[in-house]
Amino acid sequence: MKQQHPEETIDQGRRAWFGLAAGVTAAVAAPGVVLHLADAAPAVGTEGVPVTAAARWGLLIDTNKCLEGCRDCVDACARENGLDRQTKPAAQSSAAWADQRAVWLRKAKLADNLTGRVTNLPLMCQHCEHPPCVDVCPTGASFKRADGIVVVDRHVCIGCRYCMMACPYQARSFIHEAVHDQLTGVPRGKGCVESCNLCVSRRDHGLASTACVDACTAAGHGAIVFGDMKDPASPISLALKAMSSRQLREDLALNTGVRYAGL
Amino acid sequence: MVSGLIPTRAGLILLGLCCALVAQCVLAGDGQCYVRPGSRAAALDDCVAPTAFMRRNHMELIKHQRDATVHQGIRGTRDSLAGCIDCHVSRAADGQPVAVNEKHQFCSACHAFAAVKVDCFDCHAAVPRGAPLSEAAGGMPENDLRRTNQ
Ligand code: HEC
Ligand code: HEC
Ligand code: HEC
Repeated sequence: MKQQHPEETIDQGRRAWFGLAAGVTAAVAAPGVVLHLADAAPAVGTEGVPVTAAARWGLLIDTNKCLEGCRDCVDACARENGLDRQTKPAAQSSAAWADQRAVWLRKAKLADNLTGRVTNLPLMCQHCEHPPCVDVCPTGASFKRADGIVVVDRHVCIGCRYCMMACPYQARSFIHEAVHDQLTGVPRGKGCVESCNLCVSRRDHGLASTACVDACTAAGHGAIVFGDMKDPASPISLALKAMSSRQLREDLALNTGVRYAGL
Repeated sequence: MVSGLIPTRAGLILLGLCCALVAQCVLAGDGQCYVRPGSRAAALDDCVAPTAFMRRNHMELIKHQRDATVHQGIRGTRDSLAGCIDCHVSRAADGQPVAVNEKHQFCSACHAFAAVKVDCFDCHAAVPRGAPLSEAAGGMPENDLRRTNQ
């Protein structure tokens, strides 16, 4: 299947509403404003400015640099987002808990049966331009922000888990148990679905990257690049232009915001 | 540390807080005053909006803020729930914050009286815990919370 770049429109007619919404916001957004720099002030969000479609956030993961057994990004994500505050119910086996506890980011392994080549990669919400989870959500809790981040509004989520069924990447999980001692910045409780939100409060405070990217970079792997795919000068756009990358399940034409190189 | 000093100073502060509280309640013009001694609010004159308005409409403010934050990414503004908790949470004798939804605490005492039940604290921390931005992201609790309350 032909590779899709962010500029290209995919099957817009099918989701006319999104196309319209994006177009309207893009028209009013000031062009050329750099929103993703740490020192850009005022940051979108913090000063009462709604997010716009001027940016589309994405990740580029170089699977050649992703190491077998390394969990730096997974652990950083859990710490940042308070996912490590979930507690195993006494009656549950460790195996069942490992399977059921909510995670935003998992390490996955791809094996090519013909060649035997094994590829490691971090797998999280792919922040589709046309997210199937949003299509199936009966309450509007699953939605896409103007800047392309796919989010669960947990005030509206009824825990039906249709979105978990619809997601081709199994990127969503469910909070099965009561949570205690949550962090102020990352509320979380029993009965809702959640998934990676690209460290959304960092976005609204105008920071440059995500917890997983910071951890991967700090450890010297540098396997993940974060940035604005609509800004042609951003590191992610330059990297996407320079190296060959793919979307997972390109056949679904979801135009994902997360891209993989070396697959 | 400076063991002799602390009790007197704490006593003075407490006395001051009590006076402030009495004054507030008298001004409010009814017998009930839910602001807890030992909270930051106890030492202040005003809520984020006039008190009478807050009593009737705080839920509208918070819910509006909720949608603004989750859908539009507007954070750290006047009506944030984290801000309510930060200012209204009281402290136990050992200085530890007491959850705003615990019995007789700010949110729950009035809600019990008014027979209101909220589920917010199933998910939201009922004491200030951590900065709006994680430490890894460079969040500094005090700075961030102060901005929340301006
Ligand atoms: C199922 C979990 C859950 C419940 C229950 C819940 N919230 Fe939230 N709330 C969240 C999440 C998750 C966020 C988003 C945080 C983010 O985007 O960073 C949030 C954000 C907010 C915000 C914006 C952040 C802030 O501190 O100002 C407000 C306001 C808010 N909620 C109000 C409420 C109120 C009021 C209730 C109760 C009627 C409630 N929430 C119940 C999960 C929950
Ligand atoms: C900067 C500190 C501060 C913040 C932030 C704050 N309040 Fe207040 N609040 C106060 C003070 C001080 C009073 C008492 C005012 C008076 O005595 O008239 C008060 C009073 C109230 C009252 C009336 C209490 C009574 O006894 O009748 C309610 C209700 C209330 N606040 C709710 C909230 C909510 C909800 C939020 C978050 C949106 C919030 N407050 C944020 C300081 C604060
Ligand atoms: C002075 C009394 C009082 C105080 C203090 C108070 N509330 Fe309320 N609250 C009420 C009343 C009364 C209602 C119900 C109003 C109604 O149903 O019309 C209510 C309703 C709410 C609701 C909406 C519930 C729903 O299901 O629609 C939320 C959310 C809420 N309060 C949050 C808070 C929080 C958070 C605090 C503490 C920071 C707080 N309240 C402190 C009196 C109070």
